[in-house]
Amino acid sequence: MFSRFKFITARVYLGFTLLLFMVPIVTSVTGQDFYLDLLTRVLILAIAALSLNLMVGFSGMISLGHAAFIGIGAYCVGIPAYYDIHNGFVHLGLAMVCSAVFALITGAICLRTRGLYFIMITLAFAQMLYFTFVSLDEYGADDGLVIYKRSEFAGLLNIENATTLYYTVLAVLLIFFVLLHRLVQARYGRVIIGSKHNEQRMQALGYNTYKYKLVCYVISGTMAGVAGFFLGNFTNYISPEMMDWTHSSELLFMIVIGGTGGVFSPIIGAAVFLLLEEFLSGITIFWHLIFGLILIAMVLFGKGGVHGLLLRWDEKVTNGAGQ
Amino acid sequence: MILQVQNLNKSFGGISASSDLNFEVAKGQVHAIVGPNGAGKTTLIAQISGVLKPDSGNIIFNGKNITKTSAYRRAHIGLARSFQITSVILPMTVLENVMLAVQSLSGHSFRFWSPASRENHNREQAQQYLIDVGLGQRAGALAGEIAHGEQRQLEIAMALALTPQLLLLDEPTAGMSKDESGNIIKLLNKLKGQITILLIEHDMDTVFALADTTSVLVDGHIIATGSTAQIRQNPEVQRAYLGDSLA
Ligand SMILES: Nc1ncnc2c1ncn2[C@@H]1O[C@H](COP(=O)(O)OP(=O)(O)O)[C@@H](O)[C@H]1O
Ligand SMILES: [Mg+2]
Repeated sequence: MFSRFKFITARVYLGFTLLLFMVPIVTSVTGQDFYLDLLTRVLILAIAALSLNLMVGFSGMISLGHAAFIGIGAYCVGIPAYYDIHNGFVHLGLAMVCSAVFALITGAICLRTRGLYFIMITLAFAQMLYFTFVSLDEYGADDGLVIYKRSEFAGLLNIENATTLYYTVLAVLLIFFVLLHRLVQARYGRVIIGSKHNEQRMQALGYNTYKYKLVCYVISGTMAGVAGFFLGNFTNYISPEMMDWTHSSELLFMIVIGGTGGVFSPIIGAAVFLLLEEFLSGITIFWHLIFGLILIAMVLFGKGGVHGLLLRWDEKVTNGAGQ
Repeated sequence: MILQVQNLNKSFGGISASSDLNFEVAKGQVHAIVGPNGAGKTTLIAQISGVLKPDSGNIIFNGKNITKTSAYRRAHIGLARSFQITSVILPMTVLENVMLAVQSLSGHSFRFWSPASRENHNREQAQQYLIDVGLGQRAGALAGEIAHGEQRQLEIAMALALTPQLLLLDEPTAGMSKDESGNIIKLLNKLKGQITILLIEHDMDTVFALADTTSVLVDGHIIATGSTAQIRQNPEVQRAYLGDSLA
């Protein structure tokens, strides 16, 4: 089991996880609350990126509508809070059920298409939801809703506290990572990976690939809904803008940067993306341009993203040792 | 009769790839289909295996009309195929490819936690199929990195792992060296009598070595069916297909 950690890739990911655990300790000593906030956002979007990569990286379904699930999760905090329902179990339960149902319905339709059409129809569904919420005047329409009180967990967990929120998100992220890490090696994972590479063959082997991919879509959407639940709580504010397709494309960038080949790598991708954005916007007003160029360079030259880079490094070391 | 194809029609635009196609396969036989390139052999296999829906006509398997049955369900009722153009999961190992076939028959795959590789029973079975087709030594290699001939063997191992009653083979020796195709013929000879085989084959020597019955497919329909010896002598067949290759 632990022999795995002789590999650089595994060591880097383990080291990165340990760093994540230390963030609140460092920021509390140095008093840099800003960075705790930034890293909380990284972890929340890492959950969304992790879930998106199950679809993109492991099942070969490229979606431009993933932000819809984040929006659903966030509104499942905002709308109950608007009616003075602050029970976190209700919020989280709603977020998961609503995003799962939305994934089931839209996925059932999207999965009847392939390739570019699939991308366009996921985008269309997300934009439909976006405009639906824009037209809901009761819930602030364009302006959204302010959440005055974060979800309450019957005194078990107080996520009004920034450090508690951070560790809660981190715990959920790591649980999701472990679940997906197991999933891709289990029977189910073999089937979706097989379908990604050769769907016709999988059908000839007796697999109803449509059903397996639909379940993948639902799992992925539900996890992104949980990310939305945290994002709503974290920003204390929700608006249709959270569902905008640009956020879906940002998630795609994150997984491409991290590398679509690994389960853990989207977490790295989310961190690189958001920290780079933060850093660049701090030093120049032309940061959008520079950021764009860096992203293009990473996509063009970073074959397999950070994950690919680490794997090639491992390979070199292994081959070197073998000679 | 294990398979009956009745009045099958399938066209692509103006091209009629199956036109009023009728034939039957008797249980236990090796039934070969020969015919020139573009005659509609692959299209026929695609319709029998459910990848393509016919425009009209029926496909009866074991007495049941399966014309509208989906491809994946056909695999579960005893139909398996190999593809003319090698179709395996390239980034998986040879063993993992066959394990996918074994897994397909051993219950559903909505299992999310235990690693598939630790299902010893499935692995041992898959390994046995690899040994049967002569790939026992290659289990750990990536399917994308083995030789073309080995990929053809893998195709057959995956089809066999579905324990079919009817095995559809679309030019299993396509692109193989003499040695390699010799191995496939030996393997198919071993299977003969155990499984019914519908064999699409270009190479007449292979057909004559294996087939009990041969049908000749030209322009989307069968122009002759008979014992392999009869087919050899049929003048219409010689004119239409065998031509001077036997002269
Ligand atoms: N998907 C397709 N779209 C259009 N034409 C096709 C398609 N598949 C096969 N054809 C045409 O149908 C005819 C029969 O093809 P095929 O069944 O592959 O022949 P064979 O396997 O006997 O060489 C050919 O003329 C071929 O060009
Ligand atoms: Mg063909």
